Amino acid sequence: MKIADKFNDLKKKKEGALIAYICAGDPTPEATKEYVTALVRGGVDVIELGLPFSDPVADGPTIQAGIERALNGGMTPDIYFKTVGSLRLHIPLVVMTYYNLIFKRGLEKFVKDCVASGISGIIVPDLPVEEVGELAGFCNQYDIDLIFLVAPTTTESRMKRILAEGRGFIYLVARLGVTGARSDIANSTRELIKRVKTTTPKAVGFGISNGRQAAEIIGAGADGVIVGSAFVDIIAGGKDAAGKLEALARELKEGVRDARG
Amino acid sequence: MKQELKSTKFGKYGGQFVPEVLMPALEELTEQYEKYKDDPVFNKELEHYLRDFAGRPSPLYHAKRLSREYGIKIYLKREDLVHGGAHKLNNTLGQALLTRYMGKKRIIAETGAGQHGTACAMAGAAFGIKTEIYMGAKDTVRQRMNVYRMELMGAKVIPVKSGSQTLKDAINEAMRAWVSSVETTHYMIGSVVGPHPYPVMVRDFQSVIGKEVREQIMEKEGIFPDSIVACTGGGSNAMGIFYPFIEDDVDLFAVEAGGSGMKVTDKEALHSATLCAGEEGVLHGMHTKVLQNKYGQILESSSIAAGLDYAGVGPELAYLADIGRIKPRNSMDSEALGAFHDLCRFEGIIPALESSHALAYVKKAAATGELGDVVVINISGRGDKDLETVLGMGK
Ligand SMILES: Cc1ncc(COP(=O)(O)O)c(C=O)c1O
Repeated sequence: MKIADKFNDLKKKKEGALIAYICAGDPTPEATKEYVTALVRGGVDVIELGLPFSDPVADGPTIQAGIERALNGGMTPDIYFKTVGSLRLHIPLVVMTYYNLIFKRGLEKFVKDCVASGISGIIVPDLPVEEVGELAGFCNQYDIDLIFLVAPTTTESRMKRILAEGRGFIYLVARLGVTGARSDIANSTRELIKRVKTTTPKAVGFGISNGRQAAEIIGAGADGVIVGSAFVDIIAGGKDAAGKLEALARELKEGVRDARG
Repeated sequence: MKQELKSTKFGKYGGQFVPEVLMPALEELTEQYEKYKDDPVFNKELEHYLRDFAGRPSPLYHAKRLSREYGIKIYLKREDLVHGGAHKLNNTLGQALLTRYMGKKRIIAETGAGQHGTACAMAGAAFGIKTEIYMGAKDTVRQRMNVYRMELMGAKVIPVKSGSQTLKDAINEAMRAWVSSVETTHYMIGSVVGPHPYPVMVRDFQSVIGKEVREQIMEKEGIFPDSIVACTGGGSNAMGIFYPFIEDDVDLFAVEAGGSGMKVTDKEALHSATLCAGEEGVLHGMHTKVLQNKYGQILESSSIAAGLDYAGVGPELAYLADIGRIKPRNSMDSEALGAFHDLCRFEGIIPALESSHALAYVKKAAATGELGDVVVINISGRGDKDLETVLGMGK
């Protein structure tokens, strides 16, 4: 499913989007299928499925640990595409990974493998707009969304370039720092939501962990929230992870459902 | 062949592969560096610190007994005599001064063996700037004395427990810490690695080594050497001594760590010879050569010399190797150890194990004629820090 179609549907229903990140293969490829299914049951609108890289500089301790579990569990790009291909989701799935894995596979092959396994979008946290040319070319050619991040430090001139290039949704980094659950919503987040002037949907990530925060973010004008570390924490806990993932997804979805003014 | 600051690339290598949060900081750093690099006031102050604090210029020494032993005329560039015992301070003094000119209040850095961390701590203390050093938890144990040295000089050492708990994880963690504090903090990279402008800036600060050699060798030989040999981890002592000769008829040898053999498994390399055996990839903000498996996962590297133990290499070296301007070579752990003992015994100089790799290559290659008649070897550091390792290895 196209990301734009999903956001359009939600807009008609006046709902905010819930985007859930987990790392593929954490702790095994089989578990990932079960967890994705649980998240979908809980009402998640878009799945962001991490493809684990050995040196994840943009991730905090929680997701780093998930990535390590996944690599130890034997996750590779080949297994990733096979796993995703077997999911048959009726919601969009986007891959989040670091540039070296894409580069090593070959940009065109990576993009083609994404399309073949039903992936709708690509997020590369260490690929700024300056370096994106070739990958963006293939994404356009094969009609897949290349999703960009903007941060509170992003200057106006960079913002213009990113908004012009961004497809699917714009990923707003809520605050300075790496991924990880935190308890409050910063003022810088509200400001950033106001600064991002675009018709592309805006989703806010980094630090969101409960329904109240999610509702606040949507209330502040975002079209969606991205939640990662809170889900990965549940997986780290192990016991009845699927049930807990579904329950947290449900709470977050309730938070974003009615929050749109 | 000389690279302008305006471009972020060396051929296809280099660039800026970092999270969006850091891009404005890199833009600012590029701008500020460009503004001050030719500024007479900045350079006068830097010269003062290099002379009166670091003890430059470092001597170029004709090692007569080693020359006789190896069968080639050898000059040693004595970076081991620089304050702190390695070339690392050339870079940290430059970056610390720039930090002050930029009005930033805090320095963070990564360190492997603790040499760069120590040089940061020295510069931080000398300039009165708060300094925090990220160091792999394993390295903090292996290099206890360096941790203590850094702490004595007022730096805070933060053990990194993620990943392999060594240098590459320390860089990851320092980058993460920079992301959270980018508006007030300067990230002081310790080699010619990372995103633009670091490879250019660190090379320029280290070029003082080669500039001195140009004058010193003319004084002593009246002609440039046939070759220059430097050990290569990230590549800063190599680029520092090579760069001023890049357009001259001098052969440049970058000697990497061959570890215990040029083999790799799916997870680790038994060596750290990135130029010799690495493949194109993207790591720590740069497009360069890296040690990686078939999927692009970065391998853990290995070397007897902690300062060479890195899975990446500076992008300019990757470029210069591709176009044939520098010659990548490697020496194994055992060969480096042999050359270490040679320099101790024949010259009364205890070299760093890193620098011993350069010596070992000269020992191997002298007879082939590849190095010509006169060679300059960069003795990038002294070996006091390595005595425990050497003692552990026997002879
Ligand atoms: C004495 C010495 N030589 C060489 C190196 C390798 O670094 P580079 O290749 O950047 O000169 C180090 C790094 O710690 C070092 O301490």
